[in-house]
Amino acid sequence: MSANSVALAYLGAAILFILALKGLSSPVSARRGNLFGMVGMTIAVVTTLTVTHNVFFILIAIAIGGGIGALVARRIQMTAMPELVAAMHSLVGLAAVLIAMSAFNNPVAYGIALPGEMLHAANRIELFIGTFVGAITFTGSIIAFGKLSGKLSGKPLRFAGQHWLNLGLGIAMVGFGIAFFLDPSWTPFLIMTAIALLLGVLLIVPIGGADMPVVVSMLNSYSGWAAAGIGFTLNNNMLIIAGSLVGSSGAILSYIMCKAMNRAFLNVILGGFGGGEGAVAEDNGVQKTYRSGSADDAAFLMGNADSVIIVPGYGLAVARAQHAINEMSKMLSEKGIKVRYAIHPVAGRMPGHMNVLLAEAEVPYDQVVEMDEINNDFADTDVVLVIGANDVVNPAAKTDPNSPIFGMPILEAHKARTVMVVKRSMAAGYAGLDNDLFYMDKTMMVFGDAKKVVEDVIKALQH
Amino acid sequence: MSGVVDPFVLNLTVFVLAIFVGYHVVWNVTPALHTPLMAVTNAISGIIIVGAMLAAGPQELDAGTVLGLVAVALAAVNVFGGFLVTQRMLDMFKKKGK
Repeated sequence: MSANSVALAYLGAAILFILALKGLSSPVSARRGNLFGMVGMTIAVVTTLTVTHNVFFILIAIAIGGGIGALVARRIQMTAMPELVAAMHSLVGLAAVLIAMSAFNNPVAYGIALPGEMLHAANRIELFIGTFVGAITFTGSIIAFGKLSGKLSGKPLRFAGQHWLNLGLGIAMVGFGIAFFLDPSWTPFLIMTAIALLLGVLLIVPIGGADMPVVVSMLNSYSGWAAAGIGFTLNNNMLIIAGSLVGSSGAILSYIMCKAMNRAFLNVILGGFGGGEGAVAEDNGVQKTYRSGSADDAAFLMGNADSVIIVPGYGLAVARAQHAINEMSKMLSEKGIKVRYAIHPVAGRMPGHMNVLLAEAEVPYDQVVEMDEINNDFADTDVVLVIGANDVVNPAAKTDPNSPIFGMPILEAHKARTVMVVKRSMAAGYAGLDNDLFYMDKTMMVFGDAKKVVEDVIKALQH
Repeated sequence: MSGVVDPFVLNLTVFVLAIFVGYHVVWNVTPALHTPLMAVTNAISGIIIVGAMLAAGPQELDAGTVLGLVAVALAAVNVFGGFLVTQRMLDMFKKKGK
């Protein structure tokens, strides 16, 4: 194919990628959008095959990688999606580093240097940026993967002078980048890459488990920028477009997550939250009383209500109670009771995670409502069932300026006529805070494992 | 003003415009589909496979082409894994009664 036809085919692929993202504006068009993405990728790969040698080896490499990818995609548990996504970010990062090394090894083949000449000046900068973004994405994502999958402790790892060390390493990395610019040889390139790999680890270790949704979104963004950086190096517009789409997507998701937790992005990145060292429950010495009830009581209350809102948290997924809760809500719907699910943006361990977990349990998506859309309806709701969630329904976020979570947007469950909270015990939530909702007169605590409780409710509803 | 525009400037133009497009498209994504969004962007960032294929593409096989081939395999994991897992998730989002 001529260079022009190749470029035009790439343009077509880039447009299909944009349409793929556009499709996700609604669950109805989303599957078609994903199909557009696949077609775009096929066009891009087939077109590229016409201009490369070693087609046989390339096809083998695609078959190996593709086979592994397909297998994992089929087997992965929906609760493990955050880990999978983090692992995939790391692959993009590593691929970017390898491509940059290969480009540097033989710049003439990439058209970024004339035979016998040094690398062009602009290409040296691009190569430097593409490599270090890729390297940080690679190791940072591995650490995020470890924390999310529980292979590493979710606790933030902090030590004295941590930020100064990172700053020093960052400056050293740029220093070797400049050295590489002045003298494009392997030594500064490799040292720079090694520092970037180390930085990736050091930047993520101080960030606690509770902040992982932000980190995963951020690394999503980085993986896009890494692809765009390689696009600059290879003067390939399609790589730049696709990379930028991914980069801005990740950046927007990071922003949304930070806003949902009422935290500044920089504050999350500098780390230290979510390991229990931050907020401690305030104990003012007054023994607060709460009301507790059984699954039968819960079934009775819900069975006689007109409207029920279920507030699920990650604890629901941990207890594997999604299918049971769907069965319960189906029974309530059959009695003519309006059942909806209220989703807080940080319910789950990555953006939109809870929606997927509920969808997997075959909860119809039109019953699942986002926080902004449902918050006004709590006051008109008979019963709210909070299950596996805690901080996202803590009224202190609205009423107590001294609370560490003050200002965080919450689901206003406390406005409903009756609130039921399914919980293992009175222990504090992830942020280590006590929750006034539990002590309100209209609140009934139902203690026990989420799945067991819901199953008992189902049994009681059958009578 | 004379001469040819440097390729870097053309790349930068495309880059900035693409960020704008991305910004507007992504804000329209419904929050319920943020996890599939992340999975599909994972697949799309697998577009780096094109760079990897070019790295593996020169006629003579040397260290650089081998690195390229490894990168092809890594990116292929993302491409296939990303699109297929997105498909699997989207298949779960169904309306009531279907």
